[in-house]
Amino acid sequence: MPQHTPADTSKVAQRGPAGAIRPNRRAFLAATAGAGMALVVRPARATPTSMAVAIRRVVGDAQPTPGKVRLNLPPLVENGNTVAMTVSVESPMTPKDYVKAIHVFAEQNPLPNVVSVQLGPRAGTAEISTRIRLADTQTVIAICEMSDGSFWSDTVNVIITLGACLEDS
Amino acid sequence: MAARTLINVPKRAKRGKIIAIKTLISHPMENGFRHNNIGVLIPRDIITSFVCTYNGEEIFRATLHPAIAANPFFTFHTVATDSGTIAFRWTGDNGFTTEANADITVE
Repeated sequence: MPQHTPADTSKVAQRGPAGAIRPNRRAFLAATAGAGMALVVRPARATPTSMAVAIRRVVGDAQPTPGKVRLNLPPLVENGNTVAMTVSVESPMTPKDYVKAIHVFAEQNPLPNVVSVQLGPRAGTAEISTRIRLADTQTVIAICEMSDGSFWSDTVNVIITLGACLEDS
Repeated sequence: MAARTLINVPKRAKRGKIIAIKTLISHPMENGFRHNNIGVLIPRDIITSFVCTYNGEEIFRATLHPAIAANPFFTFHTVATDSGTIAFRWTGDNGFTTEANADITVE
């Protein structure tokens, strides 16, 4: 079989049975493949903006200051379906100075909210643990609200090898 | 509709001491973003709220979102003040409610 050079393949492709000019097959395939890729539906994702909106709903006009909170997450997670998370806050937990609430947000999950916890002076120590889902490698933020109305935050970057399933499993 | 729970509260504690409470409940926490094998969205079915009371007084409340892993697990702390009952209550979608109790003796 003779080898076609790029020049003569285009010549062959453009000559139809009746001699009419047809679109180049290679160009057509390239164009439709691109269109098909564009139609792939991506799962819903929280964006940094929607996370900012969710945080704003909690803190109002206040600006959380980094510090006091410690968000403990493994830096490298194999399975995003269960990620052990511990949040602890430096606080004497007295009736005058205690942690009112702890909120956790994830940037790349379908919904930015992860968990909200209400505490009181009776807690003794402001430390909670739970297991969360993370859809992708992302930034997780813990924000705590003190009894004096101040907000403190901690941010952790987590690398996820296998994300929590959004599609069928 | 009740689910299996696992509660870990110390049976006895010294007055004024901080105790750790661990709770686990069996629940799929279906997040509402997954599709089944024929492409139909599986409706959300999660626990939305978990409340813990110590002799009737609320000491811990959590609002859960779909990002909480299946079989929600919580560890939190409280000061052992009096002997009595620590009660736990989970509520969720589709009328899900489960309650559990643990007794504690404070000396």
